[in-house]
Amino acid sequence: MENTEAAVLAGLAEIVNEETGLPADSITADKSFMDDLDIDSLSMMTIVSIAEEKFEVSIPDEEVKNLPTVGQAVSFIVKARA
Amino acid sequence: MNRPTLAQTSGAAHTRIGGLGVARGEIAVTNDEVAGLIDSSDEWIRQRTGIVTRVRAADGTTLLDLAETASRAALGSAGLEAHEIDTVLFSTVTHFEQTPSAAALLADRIGAAPAAAWDISAACAGYCYGIAQADALVRVGSARNVLVVAAERLSDFIDPTDRSISFLLGDGAGAVVITASDAPGIGPTVWGSDGSRAGLVGQTHTWLQWRDDPSLGWPTLRQEGPSVYKWATTQVANVAARAVTAAGLEPCDIEVFVPHQANKRIIDQMVKTLALDESVVVAHDIVDTGNTSAASIPLATERLYRDRLVGGGELALQIGFGAGLVYAAQVVVLP
Repeated sequence: MENTEAAVLAGLAEIVNEETGLPADSITADKSFMDDLDIDSLSMMTIVSIAEEKFEVSIPDEEVKNLPTVGQAVSFIVKARA
Repeated sequence: MNRPTLAQTSGAAHTRIGGLGVARGEIAVTNDEVAGLIDSSDEWIRQRTGIVTRVRAADGTTLLDLAETASRAALGSAGLEAHEIDTVLFSTVTHFEQTPSAAALLADRIGAAPAAAWDISAACAGYCYGIAQADALVRVGSARNVLVVAAERLSDFIDPTDRSISFLLGDGAGAVVITASDAPGIGPTVWGSDGSRAGLVGQTHTWLQWRDDPSLGWPTLRQEGPSVYKWATTQVANVAARAVTAAGLEPCDIEVFVPHQANKRIIDQMVKTLALDESVVVAHDIVDTGNTSAASIPLATERLYRDRLVGGGELALQIGFGAGLVYAAQVVVLP
């Protein structure tokens, strides 16, 4: 997979769609996982573990709280893959 | 000088679970009763954990009372007398007496003395650790009939204002007898530990810290819920899969899945990760019983019999995991 913000966003949106049923096109960079997408901390961990496998990166548990929005998660993943 | 050769034992070729007994805390505590002190609600707890009630022991019911009730029921189920038990293993983290062991006290109470007796500290994996030890003891000839008891009185170990774990916890006991068998009844155990992550589940502080500074209060349990969830649904689920392979089976051979009843969402996600067939009976005793740590697997198994979802003879995958971190999984034939 191409390591661009757009490609990672699309991949992350797919994961969130599978986990929550939310339409993939509603998962945009400005959305907060918790406040806008209503994803709780346990579902977030499922998304994180699937993302780690899909993007072949490690997202430490303690880092997750620093990634409240989709955009921040995308940037973290892109940086980790670089 | 010619030294004589030592004798060494050899035991049964196969082992099985020969009987099951349980005891549950007498009081069903509703979500409404625990929600107020954690600024929560019945709906939040159900959505977050699947728990509707957790059972807790009455004031006069001790850990050993629960263990004794379960043990006597297990002996009856196995058709054995207490004097036929030659080893007692007691898994618990809530025997608040450094020594003597709960196992020795229990062995005496039920009339199994002078059985060998010791405690196992493996938290929520304690039951599966006990099965692994009992299986090995019988197969090497160190024991003939092993009583494995997993009991917890977690209500002595909670802080009603803690939002991380206390509201999940209940009290109960489960016991089984491991005996020799004509056919394999206990598959290989896949087990291990990861002390580097001990901070994910454990006590708020140690007994010595409490002694030196009583203002800290009685130590209670805490957990990093999301991290435990991620560990359980990824690495621990993988351990369960390895136990199936170690038993020479395919996932499609598993008829019953009895994971530690930590949280319904962990159970559901494990089922998904393991890709278990829809026909597999999955234990969900957590809904009414709560999380009883070491006792949860035998309690959940008993519930399946009571609900007539199993009748004995089924291949069941069981896995315990928790504070340590520790984990253990094995496939067993239900008694």
